[in-house]
Amino acid sequence: MLERLFINHYQTAAVILSGIGLTNLLLQRNLIKKIIGLNIMNSAIFLFLAAKGNINPLPSVMALAGIVITLSLTAFALALTLKIYEDSGTLNIDEALLKKTKEQEELEAIIEQAEEEEIFS
Amino acid sequence: MNEDTKEILKKFFDWVVGNGPRPENEVVSPEPPPDLPFTQRPRDRYSRFREATLRERYNQWLELHGFHIFSILYSALSVLMCVVIVSLLLATVAELPPTLSTSQRPSPAHNEVIRRYVEHAPRETGAQNIVAGLLHRYRGFETFGESAVMFTSAVSVLMMLGASRRNKFNRELSPKDAASGRNFLQRGPPDEPILREAAPILIPVILMAGCAVIINGHISPGGGFAGGAILGMALILAANAYGFGRVHEFFDERAFVISTSTALIVYTLSCGYDFFTGANQLQTFIPNGTIGNILSGGLILPANICLGFMTAGTLYAFYVLFSEGDM
Repeated sequence: MLERLFINHYQTAAVILSGIGLTNLLLQRNLIKKIIGLNIMNSAIFLFLAAKGNINPLPSVMALAGIVITLSLTAFALALTLKIYEDSGTLNIDEALLKKTKEQEELEAIIEQAEEEEIFS
Repeated sequence: MNEDTKEILKKFFDWVVGNGPRPENEVVSPEPPPDLPFTQRPRDRYSRFREATLRERYNQWLELHGFHIFSILYSALSVLMCVVIVSLLLATVAELPPTLSTSQRPSPAHNEVIRRYVEHAPRETGAQNIVAGLLHRYRGFETFGESAVMFTSAVSVLMMLGASRRNKFNRELSPKDAASGRNFLQRGPPDEPILREAAPILIPVILMAGCAVIINGHISPGGGFAGGAILGMALILAANAYGFGRVHEFFDERAFVISTSTALIVYTLSCGYDFFTGANQLQTFIPNGTIGNILSGGLILPANICLGFMTAGTLYAFYVLFSEGDM
């Protein structure tokens, strides 16, 4: 198996890179680093396609499509991250979620109290 | 089941759930004063027990340690998942046939579809660059969807980053702007002598290179996306060398929206003509021309020009929106 992996060394490198990107995407708590992990995965796919396309024009077309989609996706994700940072003041996904949950609970408590006062007063 | 067991079970159940008769050794909390308003009276029917029930203790423990345990579990599971996925993919790669560069045995990826593309694409599409012919004629629908994705992303970024600050009442100056007292359009260029001297030499060359890449998209490597990226870089260089105000004079938000939408509409029309004639087996009125000429390849040239305009505008819009927060 190792020998066959070495014959297709571009594909092996692409798969390992994609695993690194996926681990980054799952384990990093910082949103920007998550996006970097996503981009590593995309680059791995381009490497895989480029290794396949020596005389074959089809992988080049697919890689071109992938590059454009990656650009759009990254820009959109970064804009969302910027919005989250403006809203919660942190890039850490856990802290942002905790803050959001706390705000939601406070809001619900206020609404509950207001409703009770309305009913029983 | 005798009475003792029943009693023990009942006590245990009460201890877990927290209702029912009080145990003998229970400490009773003082009754709340009756003149309290309803909203301030404790409504919890378990509140008369000073001792927390198992469920309450579980909830407290969860609040204290739950997140920590969840993080550990999450990390372990994600590492496990990544290892499993990578090993599955590696097993697949080991079964892949070797590419042609390492062995002369043809792999199943090089089947009759690829042979047909390589042999017939220049004659059928009129493009010398097989990839461009493939991108715009055989797989035109995919490229159309791709450009739609790029347009959607540009519009959504403009909505998210531009629209909230367009409101004059909400507008907050960035620290740089607040220091100089002006917004980024009135602020002059940065004090960079090298950039200022090099820009007039570089920008025409970059613009020319971009146009050449776009116009020769069906003859040589390149095309709408690559050339548009080069044009966008020229715009960004101009904005950095002369200030955003100078670029804003001819490329503001309105110009961006109009140029991008127009390019997308023209591209859609030309694509639609190709789809219509191709799907209905009709004779197209646009000749393929001589292979290798600029005016060849049917609708590839206008499509490339439209894509170039779109890409340049989108890249510049991303740059301005992310660096200055407005356009």
